[in-house]
Order: sequence, then structure tokens, then C-alpha cells
Amino acid sequence: MRIPCPYCGLRDAHEFSYLGDAAPQRPDPAAPDAADAFHDYVYLRDNPAGPMRELWYHGAGCRRWLVVDRDTRTHAILGTAFATEARS
Amino acid sequence: MTRFVDGGLIDRTRPLAFTFDGQAYRGFAGDTLASALTANGVRLIGRSFKYHRPRGLFSAGSDEPNALVELRTGARREPNTRATTVELYDGLDAASQNRWPSLDFDLQAAGGLFAPLLGAGFYYKTFMWPAALWEKLYEPVIRRAAGLGRAAEAPDPDAYEKAYAFCDVLVIGGGAAGLMAALTAGRSGARVILVDEDFRLGGRILSEREEIDDAPSLQFVARAEAELAAMPEVRVMRRTTVFGVYDGGTYGALERVGDHLPVPAPFTPRQRYWKIVARRAVLCAGAGDRPIVFGGNDRPGVMSAQALRSYAVRYAAAAGSPAVVFANNGYAWSAAFDAAAAGVPIAAIVDVRAEPPPVQMERANRRGIRVIAGGEVIATSGKLLSSVTVRARGRTETIAAQILAVSGGSSPTLALTSHFGGKPVYRADIAGFVPGVLPPGLSVAGAAAGEYSLARCLAAGAARGAEAANDLGFTARATPVPQAQDKPITVSPFWHVAQSRGLAFVDLQNDVTAKDIAIAHQEGFRAVELLKRYTTLGMATDQGRTSNVNGLAMMAALTGQDIETTGTTLFRPPFTPVAIGAIAGHHREKDFRATRPTPTHAWARAQGATFVEAGLWLRAQYFPRAGEADWLETVKREVTATRASVGLIDVSTFGKIDLQGPDVGRFLDRVYINTFSTLAVGKVRYGVMLREDGMVMDDGTTARLADTHYLMTTTTANAAKVYQHLEFCLQVLWPDLDVQIASVSEQWAQVSIAGPRARDVLARIADAPLDVSNAGLPYMGVAQGSVMGGIAARIFRVSFSGELGYEIAVPARHGAPLARALMEAGAPFDITPYGTEALGVMRIEKGHVSGNELNGQTSVADLGLGRMASTKKDHIGRVLSERPAFRDPDRPTLVGFKPVDPKDRLRAGAHFLRHGRSAVLANDEGYMTSVAFSPTLGHWIGLGLLARGPERIGETVRAYDPVRGADIPVEICRPGFVDPEGERLRV
Ligand SMILES: [Zn+2]
Repeated sequence: MRIPCPYCGLRDAHEFSYLGDAAPQRPDPAAPDAADAFHDYVYLRDNPAGPMRELWYHGAGCRRWLVVDRDTRTHAILGTAFATEARS
Repeated sequence: MTRFVDGGLIDRTRPLAFTFDGQAYRGFAGDTLASALTANGVRLIGRSFKYHRPRGLFSAGSDEPNALVELRTGARREPNTRATTVELYDGLDAASQNRWPSLDFDLQAAGGLFAPLLGAGFYYKTFMWPAALWEKLYEPVIRRAAGLGRAAEAPDPDAYEKAYAFCDVLVIGGGAAGLMAALTAGRSGARVILVDEDFRLGGRILSEREEIDDAPSLQFVARAEAELAAMPEVRVMRRTTVFGVYDGGTYGALERVGDHLPVPAPFTPRQRYWKIVARRAVLCAGAGDRPIVFGGNDRPGVMSAQALRSYAVRYAAAAGSPAVVFANNGYAWSAAFDAAAAGVPIAAIVDVRAEPPPVQMERANRRGIRVIAGGEVIATSGKLLSSVTVRARGRTETIAAQILAVSGGSSPTLALTSHFGGKPVYRADIAGFVPGVLPPGLSVAGAAAGEYSLARCLAAGAARGAEAANDLGFTARATPVPQAQDKPITVSPFWHVAQSRGLAFVDLQNDVTAKDIAIAHQEGFRAVELLKRYTTLGMATDQGRTSNVNGLAMMAALTGQDIETTGTTLFRPPFTPVAIGAIAGHHREKDFRATRPTPTHAWARAQGATFVEAGLWLRAQYFPRAGEADWLETVKREVTATRASVGLIDVSTFGKIDLQGPDVGRFLDRVYINTFSTLAVGKVRYGVMLREDGMVMDDGTTARLADTHYLMTTTTANAAKVYQHLEFCLQVLWPDLDVQIASVSEQWAQVSIAGPRARDVLARIADAPLDVSNAGLPYMGVAQGSVMGGIAARIFRVSFSGELGYEIAVPARHGAPLARALMEAGAPFDITPYGTEALGVMRIEKGHVSGNELNGQTSVADLGLGRMASTKKDHIGRVLSERPAFRDPDRPTLVGFKPVDPKDRLRAGAHFLRHGRSAVLANDEGYMTSVAFSPTLGHWIGLGLLARGPERIGETVRAYDPVRGADIPVEICRPGFVDPEGERLRV
């Protein structure tokens, strides 16, 4: 599998490390339901068959965190973006 | 008589000597081991997997199920090589396998003793037998009976390589279709890689007497090779097998660089493991000849019709005479005609079809070959085939024959198309499976797509090659295509002679018989994937290339379903076996992974240091001196000298992360449990960071070098992990923070000196105006300046040992000179270099936690660091670290231990039990994490995690260590055995 890094270009997947679903957002730690919200944030993950937005880290390249749209059934990469921009 | 006087693609001017089972033979350059054995009349080549039945050659290619041999001797011995793909070289030494005492006479086959044990499902059924007999009886018996070759017992002396290649169009297979695909794409200017597993391009053209453009087809191959060789963007890789298709247009391939030589040429590997990234690929892998299942179909001399043709035409050899052909299709007839023309007498063609096509009958008549239409082979005889019994139109006849050439039709070689999950599709008109949904970017041409005639192979290769190139923006033309025969496919589906005598084998390699298919059906294992696992049909080196279709067709007949509904199993990589050595490449033994020497490595080695691996790093473990009995004595000396005067250790392996920007303080407040925004410039603070789940992730000191400039240190083990975590926090969680970070672990060498005379040593190398007095550089301070006459340095007054200590950082290239300068400056104080063992002893004496305690399962409270956490701010891991279970007072918590009897030795890993309680899990109260012999105290000490530990100081518990047979009373004490108030640090 190869991932098109927006900075480095098309690179072998071995240069990246995988974190997982990009959807969970770190909850507000001051909110009254913070304990439950953090539990969901840390432990609960969907496992979709199909397109998924994921976080990958280009550790052996530009060291940028990327949001990668990947089809989990085919490993087709549908798009990539810097995490800083994709989530702000 | 077995090698014809002329013909064949062998070089009769280059004879090669070789041995098989110790017997000397001769072949020629251009032979395979299989063709050379054939030319020498050797018909018995191996014994079968389970039943030790005598076996000969079945095929002439990589789909060979029978002829597995051990190649070479000693450390280079390689089991299970297919004689059909081994290129002959002078001095080749091969041996048959899976036989005892000899290939000709095998005791286990003679008895047939174990056959009843080994039928369908034996892997599963045997587990149901009485367990008591399993280890001593069944397993050894089955292991001895069912087996293949022996692996070499010495390390492989050869090298293996990994390599990468990139191209526009990858063409897999160099036969008629592949050559046309490569030519067509190559002519357009596309970068083309053409791979073929054979040592010679041409595919089936090499084995068939055909014409292309009204000339012998070999001339076409020669012209194509020459044109490809002249194209600068085309690379032809012979002896290379594409074994797998992966994501993103990546293809795995194995190049046999030196397998055709006695030993690889100097400075070349034996094999090269390729990752080929191709924008498009064209699969031109051809097709394989399929057997027919009948009684006695495994006798040496029974082979595929196309193998008979290949040995006769390409290698000018036949292992006997005459041959009988048994088939259901016209392609087998053309094989018989070619073999006859090359010199093999054909006694008869037996065809299951009652009325073969007249055009074929006419061709046979013209050659004077007898045809038995509507016939079936029902038995064979001879240890090596001597006759076949044929039944036709109600009467039987026995025909003398040393070769029985069988063909049940062609099976497209489509395994690679399945690697992405594409299911092969059955085509009744050709009685075979063709590729289904293809992997992205891959197309199929020629026989691999069920397009069998030579004309169609050439045209389809050109068309697919042109499409691939045009897809990528090149301009390729698929015409003109060379002219060749376009004979139609004539085949009548036929799988199994039900009324025949003797064991009828479906899978020759795994000894799966027609009866095993019937048992699987009876016992309910009818789905093809279950059939495969239950009977082992289609497993091992040939991956069922000659057996799958017959097996599932027979299951279809038993269930009454059609073949389309029954379907076929999926193929997975690798297509042919790949040696583990090739996958490992150079990554073996010492080169398994990189080794990182520290900046002072050479210096430490010169001091006689023993080294220890710490992640990728090699660190000095201790520095033994002459006369010291063991490492313990050495470590005692190093600790004592350091605590009495001064010691030195390289700490460059700690992770170092440079952080700059106006928001660094705020950022550190969020990643550490304690506060760093308030840290004064010129000060250092110890910090602990958590994972978001509340467990401790790492610890270390962070210094504030300037208002907007901090320097963090991490543990050696977690340097990369912490760096990645910080980038995650900055880029994903808080992109609004203005912070830049960079790893500077490699850029700085760092040497620690510790002990009451440390300042005296430091003062001797510090350049003015650097003030290293207690007032100028107090405990937990950092100073920047220079040492050794102008070398930029950062000096951190920190301590892991509990002594007055400094860590001196200089640019990495000055690390070894720094160590030497400190040794020289420390000589008047007997400065002592020490290693990680002494460091470990001193930190346990001091009660500091380290990797054994920061094990991913401990909270700050568990480690006695709970009070460090700031309650005024949020930080990573805060919310979940406040969960009730983290606050459970029964959680094992860090305390110190000493043996009640000072002579007792403590062991890390020992579990704590209250006196009088039995040693069961329910009574477990925690365990010892770290132990050391304390030279300072004169007995063993330990750290451990104990339920309610801090409330139980002075109590004694059992340290129970069943693994090493220890069970001793230990006293619970506070961690911090030496200088608990930390007075030595501040002097
Ligand atoms: Zn990148």
C-alpha cells in the first residue's frame, strides 16, 4: 500500500504509522460529563467496511500527521490532507 | 535412447555432470534437472507425502506436484525444490526425499501401514484419540510418515537481497502474449518490466512446433527478445516469479539470481526479493494441463500431455517408449503429434469423446496414430508404468506403455488475479475457470484468460499491452499482429473415471484420493473451502494447480450441484514458494535491525566495557577489570567508587526534544501532569506524562533554556514514541498552539558525572565564565557555555544516582573527546566509568522508578508520584486517571523491600503473599519490579508494587518465586534506601 502524502508525494506505507479513526474529537475536560465522554473518546471505535477517515503519521518522512480517506475493504486511498488543516 | 539424437533447445556442445541419489549422470546446458533425469531414463524421482508411493515427473513447470527433491548439500541443502524448475549446472547434487531406507525400497510404503490413519480429516480426527497416547505414539508416527524434505542444519552461507523497481507496465510471463504485450507497450515509450519464471523467454512456444508469420515460432521469440533488449526503457527479468499482487499496484517478485550456479557469483545474492510498483500490469501466465482422476494415475510414467510434449520438443527427451495419450481435448492431440514428430512413438490416443472432431481424426490418421474413441483408462500396472488398461465400447484392452500422457483440459494460470479477492468464474465452453474481478490496474491476456490459440495469444497480448500504455497517456498500436494458427478449443468436460481399479489420486502432492473427496462429502465438508481444509486438497508447494478443479468438479458431482455454484477456493500469495531467507534479505543475525552505538562507544570498548542492547542502542553495561570474579564484583566497585568519589556514564541515549515558540509552556502544561509554564529560565524540572487512558507513559527532565525555548528529555526506550505523541498533540489536538519541535537526540552527546567530587571534575573542563559553583549552578539548574576550550556545552545539574551530578551535553562529534577530557580531569579523584548495571543499582538504592515500573500498567499514584499532579489545570490523561479504579486503595503501590535474612537474594518477578496464605491468584498482593545488590547497604534491596504498600511499612510478607524455587520473608520499607532526604544532591 502507498499513501500520497500532501508534502512528500506518493510514499510506501512502511514510512507511516497508523493511529486509527480520525473522527473522535478530544472532549472538553471541564464538561460535567467529561468522564463518560473521555471513555468513549479513548475506547469506543467504529469498524466500518468501506471508506473511513483515519489518522496516519508520516514518521519516516515529513513527520506530519495526516487524515487519510481509505476504503477498508480495498485499501484504496481516496484522499489525504494534513491533520492540522483537515480538522481545524 | 531416451535423449533424441537431435533437436531441442539444449546445447550439446556443453555437457554438464550431475548426481541424483549419489549416481552420476550427464545432461546439457539448457536442461532442467527434470529434463536431464528424463534424458537419462530416470523415472522414479520421489516418494509421496503421506503414503510414500513411488512417483515420477508429472509436469515440466512450476506446477509440479511430485518431483520435489533436496538440492545441494551441507549448509546449502534446500528441501522441496521442484526438479522441473531447477536449471541444470555442472556439479549439481540432488537427492530424493521422504523415503527410507532408499527411494527404490521404502518400508513405510511396503507396509502401507499407516494409510488407514491418514485419510480425509486425519488432522482433525486424530485429535479425538486418547490424549495419553498422543505425544508418545501418534504424533511421532504421523510426523515420520507424513513429511517432505529436510532443511539444512547449518546457517545459510548465502546472501539475499531486497530491491525495488518502478514501471509503467509490468508484463508477467514472457510467452506469446507476454512478448507481444511488452513489445507493444515498449514501442510506445512506456517503461516496461517483463518477468518470466523460466530461464528462457518464449513460454509454450519453446515446447510446441508452431509457426508464426510462416516461419518457426522460435524465430519470432528471438526477434522479440532482440527488440526488447534494444529498448532503453524495457527491462527483461528472467528466472523471476511474480508471487503476489498487493495494494497500490505493488507486485512481489522473486528473482533467482544464483540458483542456477553451484554457488552465487562473487558479490551477488542467491535470490533477490523484489517489490515492483507498476501503474498497469498485464498477466500473461499461460495455462496448465489438468490431470484426469483414475485408478493408478500416480504411477511413475503417468504425466501431463503437455509435459510429454515439452520434454520431447524442448529437451529432446522422453523417459520411455511408447506413450499412450488419454484425453478429452484436441490440445492434447496436438501434443501427441508434436511428441511423435520429435521421436516419441505414440501407441494410441484414448479419448473419452465417442466422436472426436473429424479434423483431429484426419490428422491422427495421416500420422498413423491409433485412436481409441469413447475410451477410458481404467488401470495401470508396473512399479514404473509398463502397461495401461483401456475400456472402450464394452471391451477392455491392455496396451504396453512406459508413458501415459494425460490431459483433462487446460486450467488458466490465474492465481494472481485472485489475490485481491476476485473469484474465478467457470466457463463451461472451455471446461475451466477464468479470471473474475481483477485487481486494480491488472489485465489478463492469452491462455491465462482462456484464449488458447497461438493467434489469439499474440493478438490479446498486443491489445492488453496497448490498452495499458494508452491508459497512461502513451500512444501504442495493437496492430499489426504476427500471423499464427487459430485452432478452436475442443474439449468435453471429464474429470474422473469412476469405474477404475486402484487408488485414484486427485491431489498428487497431498495424497488426496477420490475416496477422500467422497468421505468429505459424506461427513458434510462439502463447501470448497471446507473440502480444502478437511482433505488438504490444494495445499503445499503447488497450491493445487493440478488438483483444485478436479476436486471441486468431483464434489459438484457428489452434491448434484453444477460447477459454477460449487465455485473454487481463493488463491493467496505466494503463487510459488518463497524462501524465508529471501523475505528476510540482509536482515538476519546481527543485521536483523540497526545497531546504534553511542558517541563514546569506541572509547568504552577501549576501556574493556561489556555492552548491552537498549532498544537499538548498545550501551556500556559495566567495565570489568582484571582480577574481578564476576559482573557483580565489578558493579559493586563501580557503585562504591561513584558514591565515594566520582563516576562517569554516557547518557546520550535519552531522547532529547527541542521545543520552541511562545506557547511551549502552555503546551508542556497539557502534556505533563505537573506545571512547566512557571519554570524559571535556567531551571530543570522532573516531569511525568500520561497516556489519555490515565496510565503513565514516560518520565524525564525538561529544562527551560530561554523564555520560549525548552529542552525535553525522555527515556531511552520511549524517545520515538514521545516525539510522535507530541506531534500528535500539536497537529491534531491543539493546532492553534504556536510551538515547533524537533528531535535532537542524535545531535547531542551527553555524559553524566556523579559523586561528591563531580564538581571538582567539571570545574577543570569548564571554560570561563561558566560558573559551576553551588551558587552559580544550583541543583536542578542548567547552564550554557563552553567546555574543553571552546566546545559549546549545556550543563544540567540533575541526578539519577542520588549523588551530586551533572549531565554535560556537547555536539555529538565531541562526545568521545568529552569522555576522555572528563577521565583526565577526574584522574586525581580516581574517576570511574560505570555502566547501566551500576546506574540501575544506584537508582534502586535511591528509589527512582524506571522501565520496570513504567510498564504501561501503572498510574502516578501507583508509583508514589500522585502529589506531583497539578490540580489547577487539565493535562493528557487527567480525566480518566480520576476513574474510581485508579483510586482504589487496594491497588498495588510502590514500596521498597529488603530481605529479613540479609543473606537472602531478592528476585524481580517474585509475587507477594501474606504469611499463612496459600499461593493462589486470589491471594496475590503484587510483585517485585526491580532488585539489586546494594554495595552501600551490603544486602539485596528491591522495589515492588504491593497492595496498600505505603500503609504497611515495617510489615513482612512472603516473596514467592515458584519459577526459581524461592519463598522468603521480606520487610516492606520506604523506597529510597540511600540519602532519602536528598542532601547529597544539594551540596
Ligand atoms: Zn510526508
